[in-house]
Amino acid sequence: MSVLIFVELDEGKLKKSSQEAIFYGAKVAEMTGTTATAIAVGQADESELATAGRFGATKVLHARDTRLNEPNGMAYATVVAAAAQQEGSTVVVLAKSSLADAMTARLAGKLKAGLAANVIELPDLGNGFVVKSSIYTGKAFAYNELKAGIKILAIKKNTITPEETDTTAPVDSFSPALNDSDFVISVKSTEKATGDILLPEADLVVSAGRGMKGPENWGLVEDLAQALHAATACSKPVSDLDWRPHHEHVGQTGIKISPNLYIACGISGAIQHLAGVNSSKVIVVINKDADAPFFKSADYGIVGDVFEVLPRLTAAVKAL
Amino acid sequence: MKILVCVTSVPDTTTKITFTDNNTKLNKAGVTFITGPYDDYALARAVELKEKAGGTVTVLNVGGADAEPVIRKCLAIGADEAIRVNAEPTDAYFVAEQIAAVAKDASYDLILMGRESIDYNGGQVHGIVAELLGLPSISPVMVLNVDGNTAKITREIEGGKEEIEAKLPLVLGCQEPIAEWKIPNMRGIMTARTKPLKVVEPVADEQLTAVSRYELPAPRGTVKMIPANEAEKLIQLLHTEAKVI
Ligand SMILES: Cc1cc2nc3c(=O)[nH]c(=O)nc-3n(C[C@H](O)[C@H](O)[C@H](O)COP(=O)(O)OP(=O)(O)OC[C@H]3O[C@@H](n4cnc5c(N)ncnc54)[C@H](O)[C@@H]3O)c2cc1C
Ligand SMILES: Nc1ncnc2c1ncn2[C@@H]1O[C@H](COP(=O)(O)O)[C@@H](O)[C@H]1O
Repeated sequence: MSVLIFVELDEGKLKKSSQEAIFYGAKVAEMTGTTATAIAVGQADESELATAGRFGATKVLHARDTRLNEPNGMAYATVVAAAAQQEGSTVVVLAKSSLADAMTARLAGKLKAGLAANVIELPDLGNGFVVKSSIYTGKAFAYNELKAGIKILAIKKNTITPEETDTTAPVDSFSPALNDSDFVISVKSTEKATGDILLPEADLVVSAGRGMKGPENWGLVEDLAQALHAATACSKPVSDLDWRPHHEHVGQTGIKISPNLYIACGISGAIQHLAGVNSSKVIVVINKDADAPFFKSADYGIVGDVFEVLPRLTAAVKAL
Repeated sequence: MKILVCVTSVPDTTTKITFTDNNTKLNKAGVTFITGPYDDYALARAVELKEKAGGTVTVLNVGGADAEPVIRKCLAIGADEAIRVNAEPTDAYFVAEQIAAVAKDASYDLILMGRESIDYNGGQVHGIVAELLGLPSISPVMVLNVDGNTAKITREIEGGKEEIEAKLPLVLGCQEPIAEWKIPNMRGIMTARTKPLKVVEPVADEQLTAVSRYELPAPRGTVKMIPANEAEKLIQLLHTEAKVI
């Protein structure tokens, strides 16, 4: 009957978003009088997986068939669906990520589940099973009643702040039957920035737009990001112009993020840009034009030249 | 090559979203509806592939009659025919079932969709359709080339990308820079009027989710301005007041 939570590792460590998902799942388990089981798929260190217990999981399933070493949304969905069946789970929780995105829908298809994406709060069980989710790219919220027997919740970053205990959870191996048809896609090569803070996972983000004038000036943005341990992001024209890689582009047609802090440097604040960042907790805008629309959506603002302001901010962070 | 492109009819990206009827309905007054921006990328690439290798492009929308202007625009851009499944598209599984029912016996080589719709932003319909049809799904696709019956694809992943090869048929969720958005020309608009737009009734099935009400985000408080020559103050405030660093 347990609530099942899919967890991911990044560079060997339980992702922060997965910690949130476990804590969220454990809360739902508490509300529904059951327990929370985490499931990890592919290569993972068992002592790291046991830390799922700190966030409320009472058990971890680990599927480690070597065919699962490469992330594969289709095969992973098959594994998680099998785990949901074994555990009799009626609620499955995933933290939004590129892998989870590839899995959630296939899972919903397999389990004929009611699915809510971009969930931002714990469910309300007072009247059915209702979850609040972000829609219209952050411009509104919907209260969705999930009517199917099985419910899948894909939660956004910062939906819940996990509390930690020092309990660890036992890790059981899990070996469901795999489908050959899940392995028909061959990944020829992967290009991935290592060591960087992943943008969708980042608590702090420094972002810049066309106001930076050119890619050669990005050192100023990176310096501040580094001092803050923040990820870097950019506006669409910046990635269109190839000043920055596409996976940094946030907004309506880019990544949607919800960090604790979003610092926008030389970005005008077009509605399509705001769509990707307006659920950030605190927004700072630095723009030389006092009439830039972004100031209307900001918590803190500086009217000034990024070339002067950024180095001062970096120095101030270092002095903290 | 037979390509199916699934498109949504959604409020223009600049729309200020509001609701009516006690926050239970989108206020459509004054709202311009467009094809989802990601769906536009899918359509543009489909038309390019057809122009190169021949074949047909069919556009499919699950929606009410008010989606027809958007469907006609897709025909003007270069799709050959259109199908509208006459039903309100509120639940991802329900929509996917309708698309799967249309595609089941039609042997499309490619089913292209947007990475996500910009209304519900689930990014889910392509995966459910693929699951229902027993096909592979890949999203978000940034580059798509077809060589015989093999697709060569670049997919974005967190912090990077991967190169993929897979055999057709496939279901793909598309995003930039897969193709440039296309704008219909006069000739396209004229010929679109005579291209077939077939309306079919939904395959009956229940909805697994329902929206009971909507809500708008609380407005942000007023912005606190810091003079540029005291920029350091910002860092202090973020540390002591906002407590985010
Ligand atoms: C369908 C659609 C989808 C879109 N999706 C996205 C999206 O996902 N993400 C996105 O970002 N955009 C998106 N856009 C584009 C969006 O409308 C804007 O064009 C874009 O966000 C502008 O980027 P920008 O702010 O970097 O550039 P600009 O609008 O050119 O703004 C540059 C800003 O920098 C300021 N500036 C200049 N020099 C300095 C300086 N020295 N110091 C300080 N400030 C300075 C200027 O005052 C100005 O405000 C989309 C558009 C459409 C139509
Ligand atoms: N009502 C619909 N009719 C046709 N295609 C749709 C519909 N809803 C979603 N899609 C397709 O599925 C993609 C993902 O949508 P979503 O899962 O809602 O984010 C969209 O970009 C469309 O290509």
